[in-house]
Amino acid sequence: MVETVLFVVFAITALGGAISMVWARNPVYSALGLMLTMFSLAVFYVSNAGHFVAVVQVIVYAGAVMTLFLFVIMLIGVDKDEDRSEDIPFQRPLTLILLGLFAGGVLVAGARAWTTGTVSPTEPVNGTIEAIGESLFGDWVLPFEVTALLLIIAAAGTIALAFFGGDDEEGGS
Amino acid sequence: MTVTPGWYMALAAVLFVIGAAGVLLRRNALVMFMSVELMLNAVNLTFVAAGRQLNLLDGQVSVLFVMVVAAAEVVVGLAIIVTVFRRRATASVDELAELKG
Repeated sequence: MVETVLFVVFAITALGGAISMVWARNPVYSALGLMLTMFSLAVFYVSNAGHFVAVVQVIVYAGAVMTLFLFVIMLIGVDKDEDRSEDIPFQRPLTLILLGLFAGGVLVAGARAWTTGTVSPTEPVNGTIEAIGESLFGDWVLPFEVTALLLIIAAAGTIALAFFGGDDEEGGS
Repeated sequence: MTVTPGWYMALAAVLFVIGAAGVLLRRNALVMFMSVELMLNAVNLTFVAAGRQLNLLDGQVSVLFVMVVAAAEVVVGLAIIVTVFRRRATASVDELAELKG
C-alpha cells in the first residue's frame, strides 16, 4: 500500500519533471525539471531495495552532475531563446509518431513479459553497501578497474579541452 | 494492489521516450545533453527493477557502472560544449553545420 502511494506520487513527479525539462524554453528550468526526475528515481531505487544506489543517485546525479550543468548554463548564457520553427517541416510529427510507436511497442511487449529467464536465487535482493561492495570487488573487479582508467582519461581530456580548445586560430594548440 | 517491477519498467520506458523526444526536438545542445542523461536514468531504473524481479544484485552494480560512464560523459561533453561556445558563441546545434554536404 505504501509502495503504491509512493509509486503514484513520484511517477507523476518524475513524468512532470521530464516533460517540463523537454518543454521549458529556459535551460535553467530544464535543469530543475531533470533534478526533480532524478530525486524521484532515487525514491524508486529505495522502493526496489537499492539503498546504496539511491544514495549515489542523489549525490552524483542531483548533486554533482546537475551542479555542473547549472554552472555551464550560467557560463554560456541563458538569455537567448531558441526559435522553435523547424527547418524540416515533417520532423516534429514524424518524431512524435515514431516515439509513440516505440513506447506502444515496449508497453505491449512488456504487458506479456517484462523479464525473461529463471529466478534462481530465492532470497530477495538487498542493495546494502556490504552486498554491493562484495559484488563490486568480487565478480566485477575488472570492470571496476577499467572505470578508473576511463575517469582518468575523461579528466585528462577535459583539461586538454580547457587549455587548448578555445584558441582562435584554426587547428591551434 | 501491489506494485510489480513491471510498473517501474513501464515508467522507465515512458521516461526514455520523453528523453528521446528531447534529443530529437530541441536544438539547444545543453537541453539535448540533459535529455541524454534522462535516457540513461530511465535505463538505470530498468536495471534496478529487473534486478529486483530476478533476485540478482548485478542490476544495481550495473547501475553504478552506468553512473560512472555518465559522469565521465557529462564532463567531456560539457567541456566540448563550452569549447564550441568559446569559438562560436552559440549553443544551437543548427548553427554548427560545417559537415553539411
